[in-house]
Order: sequence, then structure tokens, then C-alpha cells
Amino acid sequence: MEVPILKQGEVLIATFQAALSDADLNQLRSGLVRQVVKFRSRAVIVDVTAMDVMDSFASRTLREIAQMIRLRGAETVIVGIQPEVAFAMVQLGLTLEGVVTALDLEEGLNYLNKKFKNVN
Amino acid sequence: MVLAILSSLWGGCVTAGTLTVQRKENTLMAKRDGGQVSGIASDDSGHNEASSELLRELVAHLRQNRTQLREEWVGRISETRLLTAMTKEEIFAEATSVYDSYVEALETETFEALQAYARNLSERIIPRGVETHEVVGIVLLLRDVLARSLFAKYQTDFKKLNRILDAYEPAANRIANTVAVGFVQERERVIRQQQEAIRELSTPVLQVRERLLILPIIGVIDPQRARQLTEQLLRGIRTNRAKVVVIDITGVAAMDVTVANHLVQTVEASRLLGATVIVTGLSPEIAQTLVTIGVDLGKMNTVGDLQGGIEQAERLLGYKVATLAEPS
Repeated sequence: MEVPILKQGEVLIATFQAALSDADLNQLRSGLVRQVVKFRSRAVIVDVTAMDVMDSFASRTLREIAQMIRLRGAETVIVGIQPEVAFAMVQLGLTLEGVVTALDLEEGLNYLNKKFKNVN
Repeated sequence: MVLAILSSLWGGCVTAGTLTVQRKENTLMAKRDGGQVSGIASDDSGHNEASSELLRELVAHLRQNRTQLREEWVGRISETRLLTAMTKEEIFAEATSVYDSYVEALETETFEALQAYARNLSERIIPRGVETHEVVGIVLLLRDVLARSLFAKYQTDFKKLNRILDAYEPAANRIANTVAVGFVQERERVIRQQQEAIRELSTPVLQVRERLLILPIIGVIDPQRARQLTEQLLRGIRTNRAKVVVIDITGVAAMDVTVANHLVQTVEASRLLGATVIVTGLSPEIAQTLVTIGVDLGKMNTVGDLQGGIEQAERLLGYKVATLAEPS
């Protein structure tokens, strides 16, 4: 199932569905990296609220997305990681270092708005 | 020949089911004489009938001598210095009801009522500091007192005594077992309940300001409690939409490497939920442990005491605390 990418002002929002195959993840990665420059977005929010399991491939892909988006001149915020998923990830050593995280979509947008205001 | 002796001996004694009792007696005799024991297995129903017959006789005896036996038992209890937490009157009152339940259990050969009574009794006496060995001790004492009275009653008739004891002992042992198990179960239930209460009390996640939680940890943290703390904290972050969490471990003297690692993992997991964790009140020993496991200090935000931690949290959240006027 393909992940829809929504454009909201200067931000791109991608919301994960419950079950994503590795191919879906790869597609999402290339889609985001392509569109972030196409729409001249300043940030990308990836919402993983629906994911109740995060395997190492998904976690690595998230980190790669963050790093590639950075290289394309924008910022990434991962939002909506479930408490159980968060602890499981940490125990597996998947800590998403260097990636900004927020509680949910609202928090992520708040964070970005504040940051944009400071820059302007 | 044996049968002949038997019928002459017992003919008058046994009132009902004579034939069965005699058959049973026959087998028993054979066993005691070192003879064949075959046939004892096939004689099960007969055995049961015979033994309940004997139990009835036994119960009648115990009812008749209730006062005397009970007093003897209470005497033995104070002699052996059991139940020192209770007064003499209390012991006597309890002894009376225990005695009656005991006899009733013997009579009906059902243990549910006794079980319920044992649980009820345990509930009453556990808070008074009565120990397991005391409860088991008094029940065993009662068993012995009753057995002695049986010895005294049937001393002239050794064979009958044997048969009575055959019926009495398994039932008495089962009663002792039931009471002891009931007591221990009740105790375990109380302990479990208290553990649960301590566990719930021990991990409060408190909101002190909008988006600011504090988690004061006091006492020893074992891996189980650590796991629970983490779960509660992460859930608390979600429900309170917290941005900053202050974990205060002033009340924790030391933690082992496993728990220290767990703490670090909790900090990282909280970050994944978008919250910053400030750890305050690290003791020198815990600091040593954290250095030993090689914690990445870039990830751990630590402040000396809880006040400093809350102040820093307020700064992170953009709060500014000011005095409105001079305090009077």
C-alpha cells in the first residue's frame, strides 16, 4: 500500500499505514526525497502513529529519509511513535539518532512553526 | 481361625455393616500378621464404609469429651508457648471453634467448611503476628491430644485402637494440611496485596506544570520495577502530552548495571516520544555506575538536585518564575 504524501504549506506530511512492506518504504523514501525539492518544502513530517511494530528496516529507512532530506535542504520530524514501540526500538538499539521526534502531528507542526518563526 | 477369633472379639462391638467390617478386619489382620495382603485393593468401597463407621464412633467420643479434651489442648498450647500474641481467653475461644470445626470435618469428611474457617481465622490472626509454625503447631497438638485420648479409651483393645487410628490418622493429617495450606495461602494473599500496593505507590508520574512531569523514584529498583517505571512514564508522557520529564533519583542509593542501562534506555525512548528527560539527584555511586557502563553523556541531561531540574525544565518550556511582591 502506497503512503500518501500531503502538502501542507511549507511542510510535507507522510502518514504511515499499519502494514508497510519494504518496497512501500523504499517508495516512500524516494517519493519524499523527490517531492521535497519539487514543492520547495522546508520540512517533512513522517507520522508513524499507526505502526505498532517497528522493525530494523523501517527504523533504518526512517533515519535514511531524515539524512537524505537534510541533504536536500529540509528538516525531518518523526511523530507519533507509540510508547511500547519506542521502548522496543531503544532495546534493539534503533534510537534514530540525529532525528527530531515529537509526540504527534500537532506537536511536530508546533515545533516546525516555532523554528520557522525564529529563522525568519 | 482368624475369622473365628474376630467374630468373637468384635461381634458385639460393631453395630452396622458387620460383614464388611469383618472382611476389612480380616485383611488388616492378615497384613499385621505378615500374611497375604491381596484383596485389599479390591476392597475399596468396603474400606470406606468401614472407616466412616469408625469415624462416626470417633466423632461421638470426641463430642462426649469435648470440654475435657479442649481444656487439655489449651493447656498444651500454653505449655508449649504457642500463640503468645493472643490472650488466654482468646486462645480458649478460638480453640473452641477450631475444635468444633475439627470434629465436624472428621464427621462429614468434607474440608470446604474447614478451609473457609481456616481462611477466616488466618485473616483475623495474621495481623496480630501469629506465625505459620504456631498455627501448624496448634493443629498438630490437637491431633496429638485427640490421639492420646483414643489411646486411653482403647488401651485394652489394641486391635480396635489400630482400626480407629487407621480411620483417624488420614483424616487428621488432611485437616492439619488443610489448615496449614489455608493459613499460608492467606498470608501469601496478604503479601501479594501489599506488594501490589507498594508497587502502585512507588511509581507516581506527576504533572507539576503543563507539559512537565516529574517522576520521583524512591527505594531499590529491581528490573521488574524498572520496567514498570518505564511503562508508566512513557504512557504518562503520551496522556499528559509532556515535553519535559524530570526523573528524580535522590531516593535511590545505588543501582546495578542492568537497571542503569534501563534508565538510559528510558531516556532515549522518551526522546522518541518527543520529550526531554532531565535526571536529577544522582548519587556518587550511581554516577560511578553510569560512567562504568559508558553512558553517552550527550544523551543524558543531568542536574544536581530536583529544584535545579525543575528550574531547567521551566527554562526549556519557556516558563519564567518571578516573585510578585515582597513576601510579608
